[in-house]
Amino acid sequence: MSTIAVGGLNRTAALYQSVIGKKVIMAVTGFILSGFVLGHMIGNLQVFAGPEKLNAYGAFLQSLGGALWAARIVLLASVGLHITMAVQLTMLKLEARPQPYVKKTALVSTYAARTMIWSGPIVGAFLVYHLLHFTTGQAHPDFKPGDVYANVITGFRNPAVSLFYMVANILLAFHLYHGVWSMFQSLGVAHPRYTPLLKRVAQTFGIVVGLGNVAMPMAVLTGILSL
Amino acid sequence: MKLTLNIWRQKGPNDAGRIVKYEMPNVDEHMSFLEMLDVLNEDLIHKGEEPVTFEHDCREGICGCCGFMINGLPHGPQRGTTVCQLHMRQFHDGEELWLEPFRAKAFPVLKDLMVDRSAFDRIIAAGGYVSVNTGCAVDGNAIPIEKQSAEMAMDAAACIGCGACVASCPNASASLFTSAKIAHLGLLPQGQAERDRRAVRMVAQLMEEGFGYCTNTGECEALCPKGVKLENIARMNRDYLKAAILYREENASAGGA
Repeated sequence: MSTIAVGGLNRTAALYQSVIGKKVIMAVTGFILSGFVLGHMIGNLQVFAGPEKLNAYGAFLQSLGGALWAARIVLLASVGLHITMAVQLTMLKLEARPQPYVKKTALVSTYAARTMIWSGPIVGAFLVYHLLHFTTGQAHPDFKPGDVYANVITGFRNPAVSLFYMVANILLAFHLYHGVWSMFQSLGVAHPRYTPLLKRVAQTFGIVVGLGNVAMPMAVLTGILSL
Repeated sequence: MKLTLNIWRQKGPNDAGRIVKYEMPNVDEHMSFLEMLDVLNEDLIHKGEEPVTFEHDCREGICGCCGFMINGLPHGPQRGTTVCQLHMRQFHDGEELWLEPFRAKAFPVLKDLMVDRSAFDRIIAAGGYVSVNTGCAVDGNAIPIEKQSAEMAMDAAACIGCGACVASCPNASASLFTSAKIAHLGLLPQGQAERDRRAVRMVAQLMEEGFGYCTNTGECEALCPKGVKLENIARMNRDYLKAAILYREENASAGGA
C-alpha cells in the first residue's frame, strides 16, 4: 500500500498552504506578540518609578544574555511569520473579489476588525523605527547606551516623535482589540459561555496596552516626566 | 410609494456590466421585493426591453435560490429574511435603492443579478455527506443523540446555501457556509465516520474554488438569513486542524508490523 499521502512533509505543506493553517500561524504568532506587548508595556511603565528603577530594569534585561537573544529570535520569527501570513492572505483576499461592490454596507464588523490590514503595517513600520530609536540608537539624536531613562525623556521631548509613538500605539490598541479575540476563534476556541468574555478581555487588553503606551510620551510632553 | 432603483445590468459573463436607473412610481407596500421586480420586468417586456434577470424558486425563504445585494446588504435591510420574504413596507417613499449581484471570484455573474453558485455544490460534493446503508429504514431514535447536539446540528443545517455569507464577507470567504455543513454532520453520530475526511476535503475544495479566508469580522453571521452562527467556523477550524494532523488517507498503510 502506498503511504505517499501521509508523508510528514506533505502534511505540513498542506496545513501551511490552507487558509485555516495560515490563520493558525497568524493566531499563534499573534498570541506570542500580544503577550510580549503586554509585558513590554508593564516593564516600561517603570519609567514612572524614576531613572534608577528603569535603568536597573534595562541592565537586568541586558544581563540575561543568551535568554535575551532566545526571546529576541522567537519574537523576530513571530513578527516575520505574522507579516508573511498577512501578505499572503491579503493577496488571496484581493483575488477572491476582483470586482468590488458599487455599494457595500458593513453591519456589525468593528472598525478594528476591518482595518487590521492597515493597523498592522503601520505598527510594523513603527516597530522598525522604535528599535532604531530606543534599542540600537541610530534614529535617536542624543542616544546614551545604558541610560534608558534619559533616552526616553530626550526622545519623547520631540513632539513629532511622541506623536508618531502615540498614533502607532493607538493603532496597536485597535489591532489588539480585534486580534486578541480573533486568535482564539482561528484556533477553534468558541463557546457561547466564554466567547463574550473573551471578546471583553481582548477589548480591555487593547485599551490597557494602548493607554499604558500612550501615557509615556504624553507624560514627557506634559512635563510630568523629566530628567 | 415611489422608488428609484439602480440595478446592475450585465448581458452575460463576459459583459462589463453597469448600473442602470429605473423609476418605480407605484410600488405597493404589501408586495414582496421580488414581486416588485416582477412588476418592473412586466413593464420592461411591454416596452420591448430586456427584463432584469434574478434567481428565485420557492419564494418562501427556504430554498436558497434568491439573493442579491440591496443597498450593500445581501437580502436587504431586514435581518433573518431572504429577499423573497422581504416586503416593500421595509422601505419608504422616495427611497433610492442599489441592486447588485453577490460579488466573488467563485460566484461569477451569469446575467444581471444572477450568479453561478455551483462552487457551493462542489464543496458539498467534496465531503458534505454521510454514508448510510441502503435497505430498510432504520428505527427512529435507534442511535441516541444528545439533545443539545441535535439542536446545534439542526441550527447549522438551517443553512440554505444562498451565498449571503460570501457576499457580505469583506474577504469573500465561504467559511460560514462550509462550516455549517461540517458542523451539521460532525455534531451527529452518523457523521463521525467521515468527519476527518470531510474537514480536509471540504476545506481543500473551498480553496480550490477561490474563496477568501475568514478574518472573524462577524458580518456573515449578522447577514445570514438563517442565523447560522460564527461558532461553527471555530468548529470547522478545530475539525480541520485535528484532521490535518491526524487524518490517514484511505490508501495509507494501516500501520503496525
